[in-house]
Amino acid sequence: MSVVARSAHAPAGASPERPVAETPPVAETLASAEALAGHLASYEQMWLIRLFEEEAERQYKAARIGGYCHLSSGQEACTVAAVGAMREHDVLITGYRCHGFALARGVPPGEVMAELFGRSDGCARGRGGSMHLLDVERGFLGGWGIVGGQLPVATGAALGLVRRGRTAAVLCEMGDGAVNIGAFHESLNLAALWQLPIVYLIVNNEYGMGTSVQRASAEPELYRRAAAFRMHGERVDGDDIDAVSEAADRLLSRARTDRVPAVLEAVTYRYRGHSVADAGLAYRSREEIDARRREDPIERLGRRLIEMGAEEAELQQARARAQEAVVEAVVFAEQSPEPALDGLAHGVYAKGSDVQFERMRPGSPFGEQELVFGGGLGR
Amino acid sequence: MSAPLASPRARQSPGRESSASQRMTYREALRLALREEMARDERVFLMGEEVGLFEGAYKVSAGLLAEFGPERVRDTPISEEGFLGAGVGAAMLGQRPVVEIMTLNFLLVAMDQVVNHAAKVRAMFGGKVGCPLVIRSPGGAGNQLTAQHSQSFEGWLAGTPGLKVLAPANPADAKGLLKAAIRDEDPVLVLENLPIYKEKGDVPLDPEHVTPIGRAAIAREGTDITLVAHSFATVRSLEVAERLAERHGVSAEVVDLRSLRPLDVQTVAESVVKTSRAVCVEEGWPSYGVTAELAARIQSACFDDLDAPVERVGMAEVPLPYAKSLELAAMPGVERIEAAVLHTLGIS
Ligand SMILES: Cc1ncc(C[n+]2csc(CCOP(=O)(O)OP(=O)(O)O)c2C)c(N)n1
Repeated sequence: MSVVARSAHAPAGASPERPVAETPPVAETLASAEALAGHLASYEQMWLIRLFEEEAERQYKAARIGGYCHLSSGQEACTVAAVGAMREHDVLITGYRCHGFALARGVPPGEVMAELFGRSDGCARGRGGSMHLLDVERGFLGGWGIVGGQLPVATGAALGLVRRGRTAAVLCEMGDGAVNIGAFHESLNLAALWQLPIVYLIVNNEYGMGTSVQRASAEPELYRRAAAFRMHGERVDGDDIDAVSEAADRLLSRARTDRVPAVLEAVTYRYRGHSVADAGLAYRSREEIDARRREDPIERLGRRLIEMGAEEAELQQARARAQEAVVEAVVFAEQSPEPALDGLAHGVYAKGSDVQFERMRPGSPFGEQELVFGGGLGR
Repeated sequence: MSAPLASPRARQSPGRESSASQRMTYREALRLALREEMARDERVFLMGEEVGLFEGAYKVSAGLLAEFGPERVRDTPISEEGFLGAGVGAAMLGQRPVVEIMTLNFLLVAMDQVVNHAAKVRAMFGGKVGCPLVIRSPGGAGNQLTAQHSQSFEGWLAGTPGLKVLAPANPADAKGLLKAAIRDEDPVLVLENLPIYKEKGDVPLDPEHVTPIGRAAIAREGTDITLVAHSFATVRSLEVAERLAERHGVSAEVVDLRSLRPLDVQTVAESVVKTSRAVCVEEGWPSYGVTAELAARIQSACFDDLDAPVERVGMAEVPLPYAKSLELAAMPGVERIEAAVLHTLGIS
């Protein structure tokens, strides 16, 4: 696959608009070349996500993807920049709008598409679908479907890192709607109290289903809620890749080395409906959507790249590579076999549990045995 | 009762019953029940995520915000424990809150308010105050919504003293049971079902059409075997009964429980005494579930009349997988129900 695994996006210190004191000219040139390469890689990743989502929508409408399918078109900058600030041993945990996060973390697009197709080569072996992507090797511990349910889990992952003595941090994504669930408050308090290495990333796309932030949150500046726990909170323009990169890098670094938790609110916009099934127009106007689309984060980064000296052709090539990766992903997914039916009950319990369940068999009413052990496919 | 409880009384309902009915979907029947009850009694109000401006995640409340305004059709943030608990408190003050939980899966977040608060109010406080709260929520699986969104744990709730649990399987009962729940003095969970929302049926238009709580219905008469089910499992069982008649000349009776707590054991037992065989069907996991309860009750009430062990069919005991083929294999589909019936009848 031609797409880079992770954004090599330049850390804050090297980014051009942050003056670095007394840098010799040679180093400056190198730094800006590095920044350009990093931005180009991010640009390609953003296109990968956008084009992947558009393809997912087509495949959903062609009934090759089922269930819920939540797209993240419009949210690519904060996704790519926040994940780009992660290091190898950091852990990522997200909600259900997770295609972009998986791709940004380097999960092969084919494995993501195969998961959406419910195939055995999917990153969750066809068991999880769109909402429950994961990649343990890359430290992505899952997309989770219950709003806010991932927050205590992520907080515990940060505790796990501490107990294992790792210099690493957790990035925990949530939507703006998640800040109103009890688990948000309980988790932030624990993280602050126990000084856990975690950054809670609120992807504020302005709506939770059809409810705007204003209609759901008595304090609509969501990052301010961190103050209730004496935790650092800040808000950035989530469509500005440099702003998100700088903040995510700074906060994750502090979490890793000083065990300081933080809240980072990235303000962005969801172009599509809540899920593919929602037209997304019952609660907001076409004009609003069009106005936000004119500020497209990918185009914005494209313009920035040209300013930095990139060639138009380089941009087009990046997009073409992303497109190719999506086409390959579909082919990979199509060729992957369906999960075996007799494996229905595989993975419900750890290996070796059969012995524990053995004695449920003999006295069971007819049929129960198959139900418990998952055969259950005729007699 | 003290002052705050003396809130406006329900308007007197018109005395005469009309016999007119109209064909409508299960969803429309629920909406009609809500509209009629909100018009009848101003203490009734609806709250939940997306019930107002968005007109309901599954459009049950479409049009209600426009008709009754934001005071009585309240959109909530994603705070199930908070707003369901607010329903408990408002109910203690004599209001008639109807809380919509978008799907049954999200009720888990609010379970403490349901089981340890709403259900406890009347008994724990010596019967001095009640909690006339209605919780409406759809359960069920079958749309590839995967493990966290494909559950039917009404069995847990029906095992909780203090709660009542209703589960309509057709549009007429959807209307009648929701109205019964709203008029009841205790906390009632009305279990709806995603695949049935679009099912059509004749619904009495009479605003006094209320289905009694604690009464099962014979959804189909038969003589050879009894199928006992609720909610979507009733729909499947009826389908199986038709197949059995066509293919095997078997006459199956279908008992639609309608109410899980209180459970109409009498109707179930009378049917089993008549047919001597029973298959219990549910969408949930059968271990410790609704069918487990039924099997125990049937063997105790009908021991001398049974010609075969009570069989049960339910969801495979796995968190539901996403892949369509796996999900289908896990579901208590018509083939599995039919096979269980034939086995119980000794037909191979
Ligand atoms: C506890 C819980 N309640 C309700 C839902 C249904 N639901 C799924 S997504 C969603 C909106 C969430 O919005 P937000 O957190 O802003 O995230 P976004 O969808 O914008 O990414 C709701 C209400 C759920 N999954 N979990």
